[in-house]
Amino acid sequence: MGMTIVEKILARAAGRDTVKAGDVVEPRVDLAMSHENGALVINQFLEVFKDTGREPVPWDPSKIAIIFDHRVPAESPKTASNQKKIRAFVARHAITKFHDIRGDVGGICHQILPENGYVRPGFVVVGTDSHTTSHGALGAFAFGIGATEMASVWTLGIAVNVEVPETIRVNVTGRFPRFVGPKDLILHLIGVISAQGANFKVIEFYGETITRMSTSGRLVLCNMSVEAGATSGIVPADEETLRYLRDEAGVKEKLVPVTADSDAHYVRVVDIDVSSLEPQIACPHTVDNVKPVGQVAGTKVHQVVIGSCTNGRLDDLEIAAGIVRGKKVAGGTRMLVFPASGRIYQKALAEGLIADFMAAGAVVMNPGCGPCLGIHEGALGDNETALSTTNRNFKGRMGNPQSEVYLCSPAVAAASALTGEITDPRKGTGE
Amino acid sequence: MATIVLKLGDDISTDVIYPGRYMATVLPSETPQFAFADMTQFNAKLKAKEIPAGSIVAAGKNFGCGSSREQAASALCGHGLTIIAEDFARIFLQNSINLGLHLVICPGFAASEGEEIELAKETVVNKSSGVSFPILQLPRARQAIIDAGGLIPYTRQRLLASTHRAP
Repeated sequence: MGMTIVEKILARAAGRDTVKAGDVVEPRVDLAMSHENGALVINQFLEVFKDTGREPVPWDPSKIAIIFDHRVPAESPKTASNQKKIRAFVARHAITKFHDIRGDVGGICHQILPENGYVRPGFVVVGTDSHTTSHGALGAFAFGIGATEMASVWTLGIAVNVEVPETIRVNVTGRFPRFVGPKDLILHLIGVISAQGANFKVIEFYGETITRMSTSGRLVLCNMSVEAGATSGIVPADEETLRYLRDEAGVKEKLVPVTADSDAHYVRVVDIDVSSLEPQIACPHTVDNVKPVGQVAGTKVHQVVIGSCTNGRLDDLEIAAGIVRGKKVAGGTRMLVFPASGRIYQKALAEGLIADFMAAGAVVMNPGCGPCLGIHEGALGDNETALSTTNRNFKGRMGNPQSEVYLCSPAVAAASALTGEITDPRKGTGE
Repeated sequence: MATIVLKLGDDISTDVIYPGRYMATVLPSETPQFAFADMTQFNAKLKAKEIPAGSIVAAGKNFGCGSSREQAASALCGHGLTIIAEDFARIFLQNSINLGLHLVICPGFAASEGEEIELAKETVVNKSSGVSFPILQLPRARQAIIDAGGLIPYTRQRLLASTHRAP
């Protein structure tokens, strides 16, 4: 029987001719990413070496990436001290894929990795962040792990005892209607298969809609695959992947896409036609509580958030700025915009998007995870409601268990900022 | 015999188990104070040491979904809790095995807060209802880590067994 993409990638990385779902393998890791939780990884890494007589040196510093994004700039002395500890470790071991708090090369890890060409088709990528699934958008097998498992990877250079996942195939056809896009597609899919529907499985995305989709859109799909429980989302690398890595990420080396065999085995096949898809909203407090925008239109919104590793890229900002340009954010509603990286922020400045946002009354924040996980800015008051382009709406996610978070696309978010209530962008932009 | 001290539903996320605003606290010795921090009454009982080690948190499907934050596992581990759920989200399951948090996978498990259960190797018996529920064993690939006492000792063993590491 043929192999799926994850089977092929893991076979190669484990030095085997073939593997099948359920096999246990120990793949060599091509890229190991952490953010501020690198402080815990360092702690656990030193613990592994304790009393061994071995020097605590990572297996290959060139394959380690550390990006500060969760709490930037630091919100507390504790975070600042964690970041300081990581900087010292980075310097000691000459880790070059390190992105500090900077306006030029800083940003959110799931944007920094792609835009710097750190992820290549066929790679095994691990990250101490659940949204590491994002990097499957470049044809890699990328999955989230905990800090102790990362310490093990830093020690051994392999992921120990990995069970080869089964794969779900999602075929997507049709052209997106105006103001409907990748975010609506992935929310719809999660609503269909549920928050547990892909637990311990990989999702491979296929179809003409995917082939036409930019890498930016594919990152949205793979980013949120974890919200259906997936170990990774994967878009097979194709012409667009190679174009992105060469032209936008400046990769010079030869790239070899990994494709599934025609007789690969899928545990489930899901077909979606997007040509009649409506804007989708994930309602509190689970990501699979998905409804078409019409069913929740009119819900009062106190805070609109546009950004994050899901929807903080240039095309997202272009869509949102296009909707608010020349208009005003509604009184009683705050609009916060977080570009995903310094590079994106600078492009948005050059295109005039930042001026559009500010003139409309939005607050443009520095790149980073921002209010998505309720750490240090953009907190919600009791009984307030946020509408956000981020990826999670769990109870307490934005820092206050007495608040509610709805998830949506940049178009819905921008249109709703103007009215102060959840608004269908196909109706509410005043055109 | 152990008591169910907390009964939860499906899709309990790591934001509920360990809210994001405490993520700057990373050390397993410090995280337990923030276990279920937004469930203020239960958190207060944990901090007051009113919940004996070995007590049971019972949940439905997909317990531990969401963030990969290891604090969610280390915080519960620090209180000596056992989690019985119908199933667990992948990263949380792995983190728990790595750190030695006791998880029990028990499809169909039904019990209420305050009820007593008996935990055997292959079954969970609800002493109040008398109903017995079969336990699904953890994936076999994980057993070596459990046997070693967690991922740190396991990795240390592998390190010491190797003359060189993966290139």
